[in-house]
Amino acid sequence: MNVIGAAFFVLGVVFNVMGNIGVLLFPDSYSRLQASSTCGTTSILSFFIGCMFITGWGPMFGRILVITLFFFVTSPISAHIIARFAWKSGAVPWRRVSREPSDG
Amino acid sequence: MLLWVIRFMVVSLVVSMVRVVIGPTVADRMIGLNLVAAQTLGLLVLISVSMERSVYLDVALVYDIFGFLGILVMARYFSEKKGEL
Repeated sequence: MNVIGAAFFVLGVVFNVMGNIGVLLFPDSYSRLQASSTCGTTSILSFFIGCMFITGWGPMFGRILVITLFFFVTSPISAHIIARFAWKSGAVPWRRVSREPSDG
Repeated sequence: MLLWVIRFMVVSLVVSMVRVVIGPTVADRMIGLNLVAAQTLGLLVLISVSMERSVYLDVALVYDIFGFLGILVMARYFSEKKGEL
């Protein structure tokens, strides 16, 4: 039981590192939003599932389950709200083709 | 095991705050803030499981609700001030 929890923790750490690299290095608001939303949902859900395997059946399991369900609902909604805000405020999506004439 | 994951999450929180500080537009800062709120939620749950105190889980649930409401309120507030940014 404890080995499965450790595997989920390692998975969450890997997803978290990838998401942070993406948020720091991507050139655009929309691609950064994709990295941030994916990193948040997958890594935090992996951590929660690992915590469920460590605590076992009990009152803490139920509370972590409620937090997991609420986070699983609200995280894509907040990502969608930020994307709609960026689109309405006039952020232009990044394209490689439109950047080449300005370079040369 | 849990202690090292908690230390990693603290370092990751500091790295995620970089995007909040250097973000060129308001949407970039909101993206960074969303990531920081999610990682703080995970950190609270990890601390609660590590110390075996269920009080922090209630704090984590309320923090989750207020993080979501904060993003909602910020999006509505800044979309009203579109010309001033």
